Formats: sequence, C-alpha cells, structure tokens
Amino acid sequence: MSRTISMKYALDWTTVGIYLFLVFFGWLNIYGASYDFDQSSIFDFSQRAGKQFIWILTGFGLAGAILLIDSRLYSFFSYLFYVAILLLLIVTIFVAADVKGSRSWLEIGPVSFQPAELAKTATALALAKFMSSYNYKLKTWKDLIPLGVIVFIPFALIILQQETGSALVFLAFMLMFYREGMKGLVLLLVVLAVVLFVVAIGFSQTFIQVDRGTVGMVMAMFIILLIQFCYAFFFNRHRKEALNLALGAGFIAVASYIVNIWVKVNYDYIAMGTVILSTVYWIIIEMFNRYKKYFLLAVISFGSLLFCFSADYIFNEVLEPHQQVRIKVLLNMDEDLAGAGYNVNQSKIAIGSGGFLGKGFLNGTQTKLKYVPEQDTDFIFCTVGEEWGFVGSSAVLLLYLWLLFRIVQIAERQRDAFNRIYGYCVASIFFFHLAINVGMVLGIMPVIGIPLPFLSYGGSSLWSFTILLFILLRLDAARRTGS
Amino acid sequence: MINDKLRNRGTVITIIMAVVVVIYILRLFSLQIVETKYKRFADSNAFLNKTIYPPRGLIYDRNDSLLVYNKPAYDITFINREIHGLDTATFCSDLNITLDAFKEKMKEVKDRDKNPGYSSFTPQVFMTQLDIRDIANIQQSMYKYPGFYIQTRTLREYRYNAGAHVLGSIGEVSPKMIEKDDYYKRGDFAGRDGIEYTYEKQLRGEKGVEIILRDARGRLKGRYENGDKDIAPKAGKNLKLTLDIQIQLLAEQLLAGKVGSVVAIEPKTGEILALVSNPTFNPSLLVGRERSKNYNLLVNDPTKPLMNRATQAQYSPGSTFKPFQALFGLQLGGITEGTRFACNGPSSWPIKCTHHHGSPVSLLNAIEQSCNPYFWNTFRSILEKDGYGDKNVNFKNNYDKWREAVMAFGFGQKFEDTDIYQQSRGNIPSEKFYDKYFGKTGWRANTIRSLSIGQGEVLVTPLQLANGLAAIANRGYYITPHLNKSDSMLTHKHKTSIDAKYFAIVDEGMWRVNEFGTGRAYKIPGVSSCGKTGTVQNNRGKDHALYVGYAPRENPKIAIAVVVENSGFGSTWAAPIASLLMEQYILHKIERIELLNRISTSRTNANVTDY
Repeated sequence: MSRTISMKYALDWTTVGIYLFLVFFGWLNIYGASYDFDQSSIFDFSQRAGKQFIWILTGFGLAGAILLIDSRLYSFFSYLFYVAILLLLIVTIFVAADVKGSRSWLEIGPVSFQPAELAKTATALALAKFMSSYNYKLKTWKDLIPLGVIVFIPFALIILQQETGSALVFLAFMLMFYREGMKGLVLLLVVLAVVLFVVAIGFSQTFIQVDRGTVGMVMAMFIILLIQFCYAFFFNRHRKEALNLALGAGFIAVASYIVNIWVKVNYDYIAMGTVILSTVYWIIIEMFNRYKKYFLLAVISFGSLLFCFSADYIFNEVLEPHQQVRIKVLLNMDEDLAGAGYNVNQSKIAIGSGGFLGKGFLNGTQTKLKYVPEQDTDFIFCTVGEEWGFVGSSAVLLLYLWLLFRIVQIAERQRDAFNRIYGYCVASIFFFHLAINVGMVLGIMPVIGIPLPFLSYGGSSLWSFTILLFILLRLDAARRTGS
Repeated sequence: MINDKLRNRGTVITIIMAVVVVIYILRLFSLQIVETKYKRFADSNAFLNKTIYPPRGLIYDRNDSLLVYNKPAYDITFINREIHGLDTATFCSDLNITLDAFKEKMKEVKDRDKNPGYSSFTPQVFMTQLDIRDIANIQQSMYKYPGFYIQTRTLREYRYNAGAHVLGSIGEVSPKMIEKDDYYKRGDFAGRDGIEYTYEKQLRGEKGVEIILRDARGRLKGRYENGDKDIAPKAGKNLKLTLDIQIQLLAEQLLAGKVGSVVAIEPKTGEILALVSNPTFNPSLLVGRERSKNYNLLVNDPTKPLMNRATQAQYSPGSTFKPFQALFGLQLGGITEGTRFACNGPSSWPIKCTHHHGSPVSLLNAIEQSCNPYFWNTFRSILEKDGYGDKNVNFKNNYDKWREAVMAFGFGQKFEDTDIYQQSRGNIPSEKFYDKYFGKTGWRANTIRSLSIGQGEVLVTPLQLANGLAAIANRGYYITPHLNKSDSMLTHKHKTSIDAKYFAIVDEGMWRVNEFGTGRAYKIPGVSSCGKTGTVQNNRGKDHALYVGYAPRENPKIAIAVVVENSGFGSTWAAPIASLLMEQYILHKIERIELLNRISTSRTNANVTDY
C-alpha cells in the first residue's frame, strides 16, 4: 500500500478539520481587523489578509511535507534538531535587528521569522525523546532536574532576545510533567504562589489604617491560615487542633485590634507573626502526636510567608516605577487608561460592544478604527468578540477546547511514550497560548504578547503551530500505518 | 501501557482546560451581555457626534415683511485629548490672533473654576461666533490641526433697526436652563427675552446629529453608515407677528430723543400693532461676540434702554382715566347721561379744575374739557350712593364694585394668557390696602379722591391703557393683547361689566376731545377719531404727557396709548404722536410732514442715547 493512500485512512481528520476551520476563520478576522475605508480585496498581497493567505497556503504545503516524512525520523533527529535550534537562537541574539525592543527576528531575504517559535517544537521533541528513553522515569524531584535543563536553555536564550512572552510558554511543559508523574503538589504550589502574589501585591497599596498595615499582607496571611485550617479540619479531620488554631488566630486579631486603640500596631507584622506561631504549633503537634502529616504543611506555610514578604519587598523596594506599573495594570491597581492600561481597556471596550450576536463581519467600529493595538496579531480575539459577538467568540473558545481534548485523546491512545509525551507537549503549548492570549484580551491575565494559535496574523507562528500539530498527526498516523 | 496509573491525570488536565474555557466564556458573558457600559464607551470612542444646528425660525410682521433672519456664524472647538503636533504659530496666524491670546484663551477654557464642565475628552469652545471672514483662512487648513473643529451655527440678523424690546435676543444657555431642559447642551443658544424667549420651542427647531467615525488618533474617517444613522436637523418654525413694522418704525422715529412708550392695538383682535419703548437700541447689538460688551453698556445706562416701558413702566393714568371713570359712573349708578355738576374752575374744592368752561358741566363737556370736579363728584356718587353704613360697609361695598369694574378692563393685573415677555401689574388699590393704611373706618371718598382723576395710588402700564381703549372701542370687551398673529387668540375674550349703551356717550365725549377739546390741534385728515389727553404730575420733574385714543370712530381699527415722560402737556407731546401713527395706519401715508418732522426731531430728554 502506498503511503499516501494509507495516510488517507490513518490521518485524524477531525483535528485537521478544526485546524482548517480555525485558520480560515483567522484569515477572515485578519481581513476584518485591518479592514479600512479604502479597502482592498482579501487577496491583496500587500495587505495583511493577503499575506496571511500566502502563509496559510505555504503552511498547508509544510503540513503535507511533514506527513510525508517517515515518523521515526522525528524521534531520531530530535536532539539534533534541538541543538540546531539552540544554535540558531544564539545566532539570532547577535544577528537580529531590534524590532520594538526585541531581537528575535531573523531576516532571510524578504522573509523574516522567529526561531523562538520553532524552539517550542524542538524542545517538545527533545523532552519526548529524553523522557521516553527506557532508563528514565519521572519519580522524584531529582528526575526533574535534566528536564529543567532542557527547558531552561531555550527559555534563557529567548529571554535574552527580550521575548519574555515566548519564553514564558516554556512553563507550559509543567502540565506535561504532571501527566508524566510530577507530583500534583508542585502544580498546586504554583497556583498558590500566583494567588498569594496577586493578593499580597494587588492590595499592597490598600491600607487598613495609614501606617498600620496593608490589606494585601493581612489577606495573604489569612489565606495561609485558612489552608492550614482546612487541611487539618477537613482533610485530616483533626477538628480539635484546627479549632485551636482558629481560636488562637481570632484571639490575636481581636487583641491587636483592641490594643491598637491606645498603641500604634502594625497589622502586617501581627499577621506574619501569627503565621510563624501557627508553623510552630503544627511542628509541636507533629512531634507530640506523631501524625507525620504536618511537617510539610509547616514548611509550605513558612515558605509562603517568606514568598509574600519577599514579593512585597521586591515590588516596593527593588522594582523600578515602570516595572511596577506593568504589574499594577495587571492587578487592576491603577486605572491608567491612557497609558499602560490602554490596550486592555480598548480591548474590553471592543469585545464588550459586540453584544450577543456581534456587529457583523467587517462592521466592527473599534477594531476597524484601530482603537485596539496589535488587533490582527496578539489582540485578534477582539475582532472576533466585536464582530461575532458572544455567540461567535464562545464558539471559537469551544472549538479550541475541542481541539485540546482531541489532542489529549490522541496522546493518550499512543502506544509509544515518545508520541504520548510529545502529544501532551502540543496540548500544553496550545493551552498556554489560548489561556494567556484570550485571558489578556479579556483583561483577566497579564499583557503578555503571545499569539493566539492559527488566528493571529503572522507566518512564523502559523508555521510553527502547523508544524507542532502535524508532527503529532504524523506520529499518530504511524500508529495505524505502522511507519 | 507503561504509565497506566497516571492515566487519570489526563482527565485532570482536560478538566483544567475545560474550567479555563468556561471561566473565559463567563467573562465574555459579563463583558458582552451583562455590562452595557462598553457599548457606550465604544460609541463615544468611535463616533464623533457632530451637532448640526437647525436654522432658527424666521420672524415676519403682520404684512409678511421679514423682520428677523439668520446669518451663519462659526465656533472653533477642540477636544484636548485629540490635539497633537499643533503648530501654534501657524494656527494663530490662520485665526488672526496673537500667541498670547491663544495661551490666555486655552488657560481660560481649562480653568475648572471658570469652566466647570471642562474635560479633555469632550469638545470645548475655543472661540465662538466667528464671522465667515474670521475663519476663511483656517477653514482651508483645518486638517493641519487635529483636535480642532469648526462648528457652524446661526446668529440673528435684523432687517430693521426696530422692535428690540419685542423681538428680544438669543444668548448662550445658562446652567439653569440646561438643568431644566435637557435639549440644551453647554454652548447652545436660546431665546433669552422677548418673542425669542416666549416662542423659543417653536423657533429653535430640533438639533440634528451627524455621526462621524473617528479612529484612535482622532482622525475623521468618514460618515457612519453613509449617514443613514444621522439625524437631520429640523428647521425652526417661522413666526408671524401682529406687529406692523411700518407703525413700529414710525413710532420709534417719533419717540426719538424722548423717554416714553407707544402701544397700538387692533381692537377687534387684540393684536398689538406696535409696542415701542424709548430709549431703545439696535437689536443687532445683542448678537454675537459683542453681546456681553454691549449688554453691559446698555444695562449701565441711567435711562434704562433695556427696560420695556410699554409693558413694565407704571404710570398714573391722570386724565386718560376719565373716560373709564365716566363709564363706571354710568354703570354703577353714580351718574346718568344727564347728570351735571358745578365747577368752580381753579377754586373748586377739594379738587380744582385746570380748564375753563361753563358750570354746571355736563358729562360730555366734562370729558371734552377734562373737568376734574365732575369726575370727583362722579366718583363720590359711586362710592357714597348707599351712604357709608355701619363701619363704612356700604361705602366699601361700592368701592369693591368700582374696583372690580376697573379691573374688568385689564387694569391692576398682568395679562396671563398672552405671549408678552415681561409685564408689570399696575395697581388698583384694594380695600385691604386702604384699611391697612388708614384703619378700617379711617378712609372715606374724600380720602381717596385722587383716584377719581387717575392720580394717587392708581397705576397702569401703557399696554393696559391701550387695551382699555380697545375695550372702549369694542364697546365692552377686549381680546388679550398679544404678538403672535394667530386666530386662536380670538377666544381669549374678556367682557367688561359695562353695558354697551353707555359706551356711545363716552365715545361721543372722546370724539369731542379730538374735535373741540385738548386733542383738536392734531385731527387726522379725513378721519374722525376719539381720544383723551392726560398730563400727569410726578415727582421726577416735568409732567408726563399721555394720550389715549382710537380711530376711525365709526369702525375702530387702532387703539393707542402714548406716554412721553417728563415732557409737559399730553396735548403737546403725546397727542401728535398718536395722531400721526393713526394716520399712517389708517391712511397708509402721512400728509402732515411738517408735524412729523417737528415731533421726530424734538428731544425732551438730553440723556437719551441713540444706540
């Protein structure tokens, strides 16, 4: 049987269909976003929609080529590919021209592209290769170290290119690590760190009373105590110990409130002191009752305390004002609508004005009049929200969810660990891009400039996402064709 | 599979993905469906709503002669947020202002104390009411000044330098008006007084809106949906006044150099033919950028040119009140047609007579000769007809009846159902007033004898006097005097309490005044008329000269009241003015050119300025 014929049956056509739909829909929206009053045709190659059309067609060619290559070659050449990309990244740092402060674009003739985009694929392949080698198992903390190195090198190189957004995408591999055996606690700790950061910094300018402590620090400490209480009361059913903790903390709160009437009290230090006392309390309980359940809690609590304290300190004492502003905008601390908050505010206006059914294709006033910056690249979802409304934008999100489910499903049905790990890498990368990009456009995530897969304008990103996805489809097809 | 026990982690991962997507969909729901403010923000973001001011209604006189029309004027406005890269020097030279004036103006607009509504996001008026010549240069190069706009509006232009008090003016709306009527926005214009105020809603029309798309840099990108969503302005409705501009002009000419007023009414319809107050001013003085400067000039003039004396000044009517007094006497039973009273001339008591005539004097002669003692006796007979009674009850009763009869002619109160901008009440003192002043039983006919000859506490406005004459001309009713020529006013008919038959006697008496008495010097050629002069003492110098009358006697077409303050005899100053006006109105020409010239050029008050 010739390979092309067998591919017709072996290829996962559902995924291909979703891919085609998203790419086509993205193309329409790029046309809508750059639509002007003296509008040219959607095929005008001097315009972005026309250029995207070329990227799409060449992307299809690329996809076809990927499907033709023997699937074993991807595993075989993965380290080589990884090393080559690392070299390319290094070269880029020195060669690339400065584009809006970032040195990540390589120009080859009329075409310019970002090696950082390909680095995701290369790293995914390298991770899959390393983790599927049969003497490797992700069991302990130590097993994470080589993985960390594989991820960190391209991450650092991309940071050096001033492409923080692209670099952060490498955090997505955490999700794959979790699937492959990393402790769930690590994921939870990451979530806890984010929550504590948002609370402690977000409310660090909100004072309970001038010079007497901030809402942020007190709330962060309260969250730590609440986790301790819930862990003891619900998870371990040590109700007496949990209630003692609650009573003690309550007593400290009331006492300090009363003392504050006469003597100036700093609630920040009271709250931190309470957490330190609670840590000591859990260690004592561990020692006297031999529960062996609270040592880790005490460590995490104390670690969280240090984290909050240092985050607060760094934010207020170390960061430059312009760096503070970025975080403030992200945490809604500062509604500087004309300045740093402008993008997100305009983006919310554009989406919000779309209403239920949207304004209709090419009828969006906000995007058409260039109120939203980067509206055909990072903020393409604005155009979707404005012109297609709640119905259209929700449908696009659900389509992405379907694609993600499909990729996870493909990954899980692989017999080969390499294929499965690679599949989870693809799912993690797509998910990270979707979550960050759409979250940013909706104003609930920081403004991190990364594209929305398949929808955003740009050859590098479209090509790299196409490569990422079609390698997986090729690997999956091999499961049925046997090569 | 190698990793089977970790398989459920794939499920956890898909749940995390689903949760994130669901959160985003909820967020979309809240942004797009729950919140409505984004739609509004989007509109104000992308749409520049340009107000299109409708042309204000034109104003015509009763003969369709155009009085007030519009001329275009231009405002320069700016949206501060949208200004960028302004070449101030070129801008100033295009607008023909100095750099300092520019800075000063900008400072003023941005000063929130002076301009509390300032916002860098909304259009602010930079310069207002510019002429087409002022903006000729900048209009060509407006594209060089993003953030600046030209706003077209209309200003009033007057064909005649006349009728300033009647027509009124338009001015920028006050914060109070904006609060009361949300049609107005800051910087809009509205009628501030006169007809412009009364008929503001009719004249102003409806503002339109042109929706222009604007991009994030403030550049205009054309009309929204090809102008389908624009609202065309609705032009104001035209207004036809009852005024006869020829009479109005002539009256103003005749009053030149004098302080006084003229009110002429068509008796059958209550239509005001002329309403003149002097000193007056050119109505175009209160238009445009010079408005406030000129307003200050006028408001500080001691002769009070802004005051409409025709409706706001109150005078004792003096002898012009006598025809009315005769009617009250006849109706209330104080006298009959044949009643005669003795007159001892200047030695009469308690009121002396200033004229010389036979005695005893008849009613007709008393009117003709303006005999004070006759009307004092008439007044006393009305009041004392039933004696004084217990605690003067009968006397007071008759006083009330007399007062009611006076007020039925429109005296002592404002006309409520009219479109005249500002009026004074005048005064016909009430019983309570005298009770308070003299004590409940402390006043008798003799106490208030001045009222008999129109002096003392009785006060009337020229408008009320002219209206009273219209009621006599109509033999017993008047239509509320008004300025808008509309038949609907005919229903505003007010009957007096006087029987029609008594008017014939008074009519005869007033005809005699003009034929043989104090008005005989100024007969209208070929037209018989009725009238009455009055010379009213006052505490500010010379007597006020008054004249009331109507003509033609057989079929009155015009009733008139003339007041010339501090000039002397009514027969000398007021009667000729009235006579010339009636001549012009009835005959449409004036034969007595010499009289016309003499009156037009005589000045009775050196302080009257010609604005």
